[in-house]
Amino acid sequence: MGRAKTIARRTFLIGSVAIAGGVAFGVYKVKTPHDNPLADTLEPGQATFNPFVKITSDSITLITPHADIGQGVVHMQAALIAEELDLEFGQFETSFGSPDAAYFNTALGAEAVPFASFDEGFAARTMRTVATSAFKLLGVMGTGGSSSVPDQYEKLRRAGAIARETLKLAASKEADIPVSQLSTKNGAVVFPDGSLRTYQDLAASAAKLTPVSDVTLRDPSTWRLIGKPMKRDDILGKSTGTQTYTIDLEIEGMVHAAIRINPRRAEVLEYDASEAEAMPGVSRVLPVTNGLAVIANSTWRAINAANQINFDWAEAPYPAEMDAHWAEVAASFMEDRLDQEWRSDGDPDAAMESTEVLTAEYRAPYVAHQPLEPLAAIVRVDNEGAEVWAGHQLPRFVQQKVAAIAGCEPDQVTFHNQYSGGSFGHRLEFDNITLTTEIATQMPGVPVKLTFSREEDFAQDYPRQIGMSRSSGSVKDGKVDSWSLDIATVSAARSQSARLGLPAAGPDTQIAAGAWSMPYAIPHLRVRAYAVPELAPTSSWRSVGASTAGFFAEGYLDELIHFAGADPMEERLRLCTNPIHRQVLETIAEMSNWGSDLSENQGRGVAMVESFGVPTAEVVEVTNTEDGIKIDRVYIVADVGRVIDPVNFENLMQGGVIWGLGHAINSEITYSDGIAEQTNYDAAEGMRLYQTPEIIVKGLENAEKIRGIGEPPVPPAAPALANAIFAATGQRLREMPFNKHIDFV
Amino acid sequence: MQLTINNKIYDVDIEPDTPLLWVLRDEIGLKGTKYGCGIAQCGACTVHVDGEAQRSCQLEVGDLEGSAITTIEGVGTPEALSAVQQAWITHQVAQCGYCQSGQIMQATALLMENNAPTDEDIDDSMSGNLCRCGTYPRIRAAIHDAATKLQEG
Ligand code: FES
Ligand code: FES
Repeated sequence: MGRAKTIARRTFLIGSVAIAGGVAFGVYKVKTPHDNPLADTLEPGQATFNPFVKITSDSITLITPHADIGQGVVHMQAALIAEELDLEFGQFETSFGSPDAAYFNTALGAEAVPFASFDEGFAARTMRTVATSAFKLLGVMGTGGSSSVPDQYEKLRRAGAIARETLKLAASKEADIPVSQLSTKNGAVVFPDGSLRTYQDLAASAAKLTPVSDVTLRDPSTWRLIGKPMKRDDILGKSTGTQTYTIDLEIEGMVHAAIRINPRRAEVLEYDASEAEAMPGVSRVLPVTNGLAVIANSTWRAINAANQINFDWAEAPYPAEMDAHWAEVAASFMEDRLDQEWRSDGDPDAAMESTEVLTAEYRAPYVAHQPLEPLAAIVRVDNEGAEVWAGHQLPRFVQQKVAAIAGCEPDQVTFHNQYSGGSFGHRLEFDNITLTTEIATQMPGVPVKLTFSREEDFAQDYPRQIGMSRSSGSVKDGKVDSWSLDIATVSAARSQSARLGLPAAGPDTQIAAGAWSMPYAIPHLRVRAYAVPELAPTSSWRSVGASTAGFFAEGYLDELIHFAGADPMEERLRLCTNPIHRQVLETIAEMSNWGSDLSENQGRGVAMVESFGVPTAEVVEVTNTEDGIKIDRVYIVADVGRVIDPVNFENLMQGGVIWGLGHAINSEITYSDGIAEQTNYDAAEGMRLYQTPEIIVKGLENAEKIRGIGEPPVPPAAPALANAIFAATGQRLREMPFNKHIDFV
Repeated sequence: MQLTINNKIYDVDIEPDTPLLWVLRDEIGLKGTKYGCGIAQCGACTVHVDGEAQRSCQLEVGDLEGSAITTIEGVGTPEALSAVQQAWITHQVAQCGYCQSGQIMQATALLMENNAPTDEDIDDSMSGNLCRCGTYPRIRAAIHDAATKLQEG
């Protein structure tokens, strides 16, 4: 309890959202459900049973509030409801719904507390409850932290079951047949004689009932959809060019805008827009924060004209050159900047006193998000409020941001969330929303569509945290004995919190994420996180802290194991105490045929990192060819508790591996003269098809809690690759991107 | 000027140096062709010009009068899928889907030229098309599958 209390008085930093712990929430308030936002939308004869299901005389709508950024989460959410409600795809529509506290994320809070995912002690459980209550009271809606599945898995099945039982009750009353004799199938209630009454036909009678609250969820053995390969609801549109994204939308009377913003994130000193103003189709040039917007009658004319403006930009508020960024990171391993000592087992200093010590320094650069659909938004502002069309992961913050600029209340902002062409963390930021709103407030009543050019998108991206680690360790009797792992990065969570206007005290759980909670029983192990003061602003990048800390930890651990003369897999297995993690390692060893012969110029590397509660192990096989390293094959195993859809699961696992490998090989953002030097994909391309290895995937279902798989495949990819390259070449790679040090084919 | 797109003739009145990509999207309203980079680095804007895969962000419309342009909307529709699109669905390729119009146009051009591409042929033809979501393994499998179906006729 002592520990829980101390932590409860602190504030946790959770990816993008900071919440105050230790607030005394009244039990009543926490227990009271939020009002159902769909109730306000009902017309006579229409029914809603909870915030997720609405049925009218001619339609069924399922609300899928999590943002779809490519991970297939609309389909997943709909399937969870449809499983219990006995609906088939095609019988209903989906909608992202309106932002509302009722859609608060029940999983993000629990994930945010500074305890290992497998810690089920009293303090851990207490703090998870506190954090979840805070998310509920604040009504924090959010997609991120691989939380969609854990948030919705039970909630949406329950929503489907409640709707089903209420519809059965309505049918029972109409026909005067006991509920126990009714069943449901294919969007209809089935009577004992086999006759059917569709849910739409029952809407009016069901609307008069209080929703049934006592429902039993179905046994997994009876599931039709969950756990089976499903055809994603969006796959047809996405294979025919008919899926629309924000960038494709047309609103009547809409004008097109393009922007130029100071790439140093400071003011405009002077500008000359005379040439742009005279270009065809251009109607206006308007001021926005740190830049200008060009309004024109087409996207191309707006972008083209914006590129003709000459600017004199003010200096950046952060160091102009990379050397100074790295110097600041390197100077941060000091008491003053200690953010948290996360792990302290044994006494590493004493253990290293009179034995040979292996030290190594690792580095991870800034990296851009750059999903393929550039940032875009449409906003219309008038006296009544504002209307917004965009793809975003934090809908209620969108309302707040827009309201603050448009001078209205958040509930006067109507937000239409959209399918996004990727995110990787990019759509947790607001620049597209706020800039479009700034323009729209200067043109009341006119819908304004802002499309970022790829160059502006790169320049205004908030990259992944830059960081370094310093490790020292020793071995004894051919075994790993001691390790001191110090990690210093800027705090992406604090950077984000500042932009959200939220408090950001307390430790950043992400700086050493994936490292401090490693399930290894090393006799003497210390993990310390140091916070580098803000340099260039940063943000959550797919898998957040674990994408850097996981590399630092698993890269160095491999070195230490080699130093001990042990086998990388066997020694990890020997050290691994947690049974769930152990099974992940055992499975990958077996799948990859670890220990089998490879030819002289080949190598195999392993890494295991847990992120967002998912232990994930990868084995990478490479060949050292004359022209450089070729990645031949990757094996990946993750334990998510339960796989919702094996096909989508495989796709996301493969995509995560490709994301992790591609950026480890060739991507970074560097600043020169205060400006990001990489302006387009030619300079930060990630992986391409010809480099893509065969990727063999396995999902395990041993863990007790169900988890998401959007991010966990990313962190082990870079260290497993570095370890494989060492095995093939004898060269250690301690800095990303690896192509600074070795060629790839 | 007149443009022939998906076998239909469109009259457009626009500066001749405008990239085809933006004419398709903003003037004609064919939104399936996507903007990703504007500098021939991503392939999201791929269309066919006289049967060949081209980056529409790099083509000035003034040079295209008399050419036959095909976009994703011209290769198949949700009601009448092309063999490549069918394979894309069978293999459930898309994640965000934003790159997939370009991928399908590039793969369709490859298969028109070579109905039995090897892995190397696929590497050569498809590596200019970026997929930030990392759907490459499924793209490869879908192309092989479509090739088999096309050979079977
Ligand atoms: S938009 Fe044409 S290649 Fe990227
Ligand atoms: S599916 Fe998202 S970029 Fe390819």
